[in-house]
Amino acid sequence: MLTTLLHLIWEFFKTGLFAIGGGLATVPFIYDIAERYDWLDVAVIPDMIAVGESTPGPIGVNIATYAGYNAAGVPGAMIATLALITPSIIVIMIVAKFLQKFAQNRFVNGAFYTLRPAVAALIASAAWQVFTASIINLETFTAAPAFSSFLGMFDLPKLILAVAVFLAGTFWKKIHPIVYIVLGAVVGIIFKM
Amino acid sequence: MLKNYLRLFLTFARIGGFTFGGGYAMLPLLQREVVEKYGWTTEEELMDYYAVGQCTPGVIAVNVATFIGQKLYGVPGGIVATLGVVAPSVVLITLIAALISNFFENEYVTHALGGIRAVVCALIAQAVIKMTKAGVKDWVGAVVFVVTLAILLVFSISPIIVVACAIALGLIIEAAKGYAVRKGARK
Repeated sequence: MLTTLLHLIWEFFKTGLFAIGGGLATVPFIYDIAERYDWLDVAVIPDMIAVGESTPGPIGVNIATYAGYNAAGVPGAMIATLALITPSIIVIMIVAKFLQKFAQNRFVNGAFYTLRPAVAALIASAAWQVFTASIINLETFTAAPAFSSFLGMFDLPKLILAVAVFLAGTFWKKIHPIVYIVLGAVVGIIFKM
Repeated sequence: MLKNYLRLFLTFARIGGFTFGGGYAMLPLLQREVVEKYGWTTEEELMDYYAVGQCTPGVIAVNVATFIGQKLYGVPGGIVATLGVVAPSVVLITLIAALISNFFENEYVTHALGGIRAVVCALIAQAVIKMTKAGVKDWVGAVVFVVTLAILLVFSISPIIVVACAIALGLIIEAAKGYAVRKGARK
C-alpha cells in the first residue's frame, strides 16, 4: 500500500511536470504507467478518459483521480491529484514572479502583443473542435456530398439548443453560464439528446 | 483574510464543478466570475495566462487557477485557487469510481451530457468573441489571428509551436521598431 502511494506520487509528479499542452497530453503518460505497474490495468484506461471528459473539471485532473482511486482507493485518488498539480503550482509561481519583474520590459510586452491574437485563434479553433465533435458530423457529408446530406450532418436538436443559448447569452448578459449548463442538462434529458 | 481565501476557494470550486470538457470550456465561467464579477484580472491578463498555461507543464485549468490566485494573494493564493478548482473533480470522480460502475450506461446521464455539450458550444463561442475583441486591437493582430486560425483549422499542429512562433514574431517586430527608432535618431 505504502509503496503504491509512493509510486503514485513519483509517477503523477512526473506526468504533471512533462505533460505539456493540457489534459489529454497526460494520456500517453497514463498508458506508460499502466505498462510498468500492475496497479493500473491498460484495459480500463479508455473508460477513464471517457469519465474524465464527461465529468466536470479539468480532464487531466479527472484522469489522475480515477487512476489513483483504482490503484489505492480514496488516499490514492487524493495523492495522485496532488502529485499531478504540484509541478504546475511551482512552475507557474516562478513564471508569474518573472512576468511581474519584467512587466515593463518592452520585449516581454512585444511578445505578448502578437501572442494574444494567436491565443484567441487557438481558443477559436478549440471551439470549432468542440462544435464539430458534438453538433455536426462532417463524415456523413464528405461521404456523400449532396444537399440532403448537408442537412443530415447536423444534430438538429443540439444545433437549435446551441443557437438558442448563444442568442440568449448575447441579449441577456446577466444570466450566469451555470444556469445555461443546468438548463442544457434538463433539456437534454427531456428531448433525449 | 481567511474570508478572502474562502471566497477564492469557493469561486474556483464553482468554476471547476461546472467545467465540462477541459481547460477551454472553463473560459466562459472564468470570464464571468473572475473578470466581470470580481474584477480580479482583466480580459487581456486572462489571455496571457492561457498563453503561458498552454506551454508550461501541467493541466491548463490548473495553471490558470494558480496564476489568478497568486496574482491576488501570492503563493498561498495560488495554492488555494488550485485546490479549489480540483476539489469537485476529486470528490465526484471518487464517488463515480467507487459507487457507479455503469455511469455511462445510464440514459439520463448520456442525454444530460448531450444537452450540456450543445450549451458548452454556445458558451465557448461567446467566450471566443470576447477574447478576440480583447486580443485583436490593430491590423497586425488581425493578420496574426486570421493566419493562425487558418493554419490551425487545416493542419493539426501543437499549440506550443503556435505560441513559440507568435512570441518570435513579437520579438522581431519589437527589435525592428527599436532599430527604426535608433536609425531615425542618427539622422
